[in-house]
Amino acid sequence: MRLTFVKTLVELAQTDQRIVLLTADLGYSALEPFKDQLADRFINVGVAEQNMVGVATGLAEAGFIPFVYSIVTFASLRPYEFIRNGPIAHNLPVRIAGVGGGMEYSHNGLTHFGVEDIGVMRTQPGISIFAPADAQQTETILRSTYMLEGPVYYRLGKDDRTIVPGLEGSFELGKAQILTEGSDCLIVSMGAVSNETAAAVVELQKSNISVTHAVLATINPPPDEGFTSLLGHYPYIFTVEAHYVSGGLGSLVSEIIADNALKTRLTRIGLNKTPDSITGDQAFLYDRYGLSPRAIAKKVVDTVKLSRVTC
Amino acid sequence: MLNIVSPQTIYPLGDGVISSQSWFGSARAMRELILKESFRAHVGHIGSGLCIVEILEALFSKIMKIDSPSDQDRDRFILSKGHAALALYVTLYFKGWITAEQLSTFCGNGTTFGVHPEPQTPGVDFGTGSLGQGLSFATGAALAARWQKSKRRVFTVMSDAECNEGSTWEAVMFAGHHKLSNLCAIIDMNKQQAFGYTKDVINIPNIKDVWNGFNWDVYEVDGHNIEQLVKTMSSLNFSEGRPHVLLANTIFGKGVSFMEGQIKWHYSPLSEHDLAQALIDVSKS
Repeated sequence: MRLTFVKTLVELAQTDQRIVLLTADLGYSALEPFKDQLADRFINVGVAEQNMVGVATGLAEAGFIPFVYSIVTFASLRPYEFIRNGPIAHNLPVRIAGVGGGMEYSHNGLTHFGVEDIGVMRTQPGISIFAPADAQQTETILRSTYMLEGPVYYRLGKDDRTIVPGLEGSFELGKAQILTEGSDCLIVSMGAVSNETAAAVVELQKSNISVTHAVLATINPPPDEGFTSLLGHYPYIFTVEAHYVSGGLGSLVSEIIADNALKTRLTRIGLNKTPDSITGDQAFLYDRYGLSPRAIAKKVVDTVKLSRVTC
Repeated sequence: MLNIVSPQTIYPLGDGVISSQSWFGSARAMRELILKESFRAHVGHIGSGLCIVEILEALFSKIMKIDSPSDQDRDRFILSKGHAALALYVTLYFKGWITAEQLSTFCGNGTTFGVHPEPQTPGVDFGTGSLGQGLSFATGAALAARWQKSKRRVFTVMSDAECNEGSTWEAVMFAGHHKLSNLCAIIDMNKQQAFGYTKDVINIPNIKDVWNGFNWDVYEVDGHNIEQLVKTMSSLNFSEGRPHVLLANTIFGKGVSFMEGQIKWHYSPLSEHDLAQALIDVSKS
């Protein structure tokens, strides 16, 4: 997603002089197209994420649309108070691009995992949050949201090659994209793990569980009434996210269910505990933390079939 | 029990429009207003405001080019030590940008004039209150002016205790590296902070050399000598070279005998007795 993000940003910046890009010394072999073509609107602020957001706040007050770029955790957690007191408090169009949502930085360990960024950002009503599922959707989202009023947080993945089957880059602000339709349960996924979720849906067909799979990229503002209506149609709902189950997509969906008194059962699939020191590639970690296609499918089967027996 | 004095009895209500020429040199009047308003609101942070009166007076009366707070190409100002906001409000009142009625809402209900500057307040370019953020905002504002090929400058007033914050040094390094000559930081060197004296909390023995080492032009000035402040800032080269920092030596609680240099007065509000004595002290200062 990051290469597509940069490619799209270059195209947007060529026609919109307000766009500038700041990085906190990350993005080597990714940001060069912007750096090379728009050198006078690019700055590496050094390894200083707080100042990066502070500088972006000053730039935005003067009319620029600054994008700040770093790995998810360094883009969201380290400068969090600057984001709150800067662009959010002043309602300024700073765009925070975090790369590597979830455990995409795999062997780099917990310091590089982005597993609570949506949670901390979502507590702030004054920032829009988008989590594209693949590179194609990244482009669509960036083009349709970069000019929004106020600050925006983009949770990006590293992977530019994997395309979520059936998504085809579609995105509509405030709505979920439906990839498959079924009647037994609804699975809502967020971000790049939508690909593992789509694979799980294929496995579930073998278990005779008919699934609607929705990809939700608009996290804040919360999705519209159509999404609420969608939730109300299913007896079982599952959320899938490469994020702690608290604070992110699972919490968002549970809030909508509670606020609207929907009669459904929600199972949140994601990280339930702080990752330990055992390292591995993303597929290994996803399996370890219940986010592989097999683990997602098993959770759905166990929940739906156990409930059927219980009933 | 405190007898709350209505603002009308403290100073006459007016439209707040006083020409900058007429109030230049009115540090005493500014201090009186800070004391009376903080007493009325029963709010502390008095000493922190009293010690930057001449700095604000110099900036808003002589140095900054701001025809109105809504002028897009105005010089920008950031009170990075946001807890001294009352001193800024009083300055804006004398500048004619806020009325006496507005000032008298300080720390009331339904007002934007709180303990720290809120971004919706007229004349406040950036809201502050969390130490260590103002210089970053100022640095971005200075970079914006450069990129927009504007001659506007950016001024920020910081506290010496703010140099405890790591984020301050991120901004210091950035501005120095990029030679943001249109940026001027004035550090209120009042030598104390909330819970002790700066030399005892985090001592920076050669602060002049430290800023100089990060490629800033450093000036040591008397923060209560308005002529020296104006002369120094008027001489700065805002077009090229390094960013500028004024290490402004001040006396915490300046003008009030029992407040000067006393840690207690970082937070404490005034009693009626304190106010009476403080006003006598200031009238003689």
